[in-house]
Amino acid sequence: MWVFHFGGASCNNCDIEILDCLTPRYDVERFGMKLVGSPRHADVLLVNGSINGRDKARLLEVYEQAAKPIYVVAFGACGCTGGIFAEGLPFAGPVDTIIPVDAYIPGCPPKPEAMISGLMKLSETIK
Amino acid sequence: MGEQLFYFLIYPGMLFAGVVGGLIAWVDRKVTARVQFRQGPPVLQPFYDFLKLLLVKETVLPKHGSAIFFLLAPVLGLFGATASALLILLPAFGITEGFRGDIIVLFYLLAIPSLMFVIGAMASGNPLSAVGASREIKLILSYELTFILVVAGVILKSGQTLYLDEIMMMQQTQGAFIGSISGVLLFVAALFTIQGKAGLVPFDLAEAETEIAEGTFMEYSGTAYAIIKYTKYILLFILPVFVAEIFFGGLTFTGIHILWSILKVVLVLVLMILIRNTNPRVKISQAMRFFLLWMNLLVIAGLVLHYLGL
Repeated sequence: MWVFHFGGASCNNCDIEILDCLTPRYDVERFGMKLVGSPRHADVLLVNGSINGRDKARLLEVYEQAAKPIYVVAFGACGCTGGIFAEGLPFAGPVDTIIPVDAYIPGCPPKPEAMISGLMKLSETIK
Repeated sequence: MGEQLFYFLIYPGMLFAGVVGGLIAWVDRKVTARVQFRQGPPVLQPFYDFLKLLLVKETVLPKHGSAIFFLLAPVLGLFGATASALLILLPAFGITEGFRGDIIVLFYLLAIPSLMFVIGAMASGNPLSAVGASREIKLILSYELTFILVVAGVILKSGQTLYLDEIMMMQQTQGAFIGSISGVLLFVAALFTIQGKAGLVPFDLAEAETEIAEGTFMEYSGTAYAIIKYTKYILLFILPVFVAEIFFGGLTFTGIHILWSILKVVLVLVLMILIRNTNPRVKISQAMRFFLLWMNLLVIAGLVLHYLGL
């Protein structure tokens, strides 16, 4: 699975936890996952951070540019529900109101174990 | 005719070189992971990736750009890589002897995949791909001169013979070229050249994923990208074999020599992977200066030493 990382208006905490998964301790490449630089190559769109009005258009565009089939993972409390930003003025809805989401990984931020478990569950449903 | 088609499509051409290249791509990822104290992917991961791209994913065509060239370029690149795989592997496995001047033809055939990637990237109409393409062109301009000088040096050392097969035979009777000082200098230059040709890290500026989002390959997806991956696997296999042929006395497949032949290829490969893991990506001006000045000086020093009998 090749993962493209889309960061919304994130507080950067989730981004750091995602990077943790690539380090020697957690190493998601054991399962053949790697980060790719272009949405055209991606199998999984990993969306974190609260999605505000400006991010919404970009998220839609990235989703349309990605080669189908693509699986969307909402990462972190902000990606899943909006978290503490849910009632803020610029908030444009959690990820699943914009594009279809296949897996949710909650937490603020989710532990690397939670991310690996979520991605493994997703890859089981794909098979 | 049937025999040639078998050579081209199955053994030792497209299918065989691609499968071995896939295994080598796994070795590459595994050694990289071990260098970084990680676990690394499973053995069949490159094949999973290839089959996923080939069979499952959709191929997106660029909106602004020429679809025909965009799709034709990877196919032609694959044929260029396969043709050079034939010329390298047929003498290596002792199936046929090749023909007079095949090492020169090889020099041109090995340039085809990179040029086709450039054409594909230009046809995609994406600005970042165009940046990648222009970088790739500059890189080709810098390393091709070094590469032809290395090939010329090898031809000189083998006493003006143009047969790849004879070059190997000569090394098996008179000792490998790596055994002399000039041979070592030529080998170092050849190692950096194939690093550039395979697009590995110090010279991966055409597909820098962190700055220009995979550059030349940015717009490719699905089957077209699978073909590009396959071409890359073939190149990753045949380039170390070529260097082993022209510097380590070729490959022989009888008895204990099988082990030696595999060790030679793995040695070149591990050197490439270690260079890849211990160096940062260079800027295009640094790459050009590195090849046009330092590597060419190294090769010319090697040629002078050869004339002095070293």
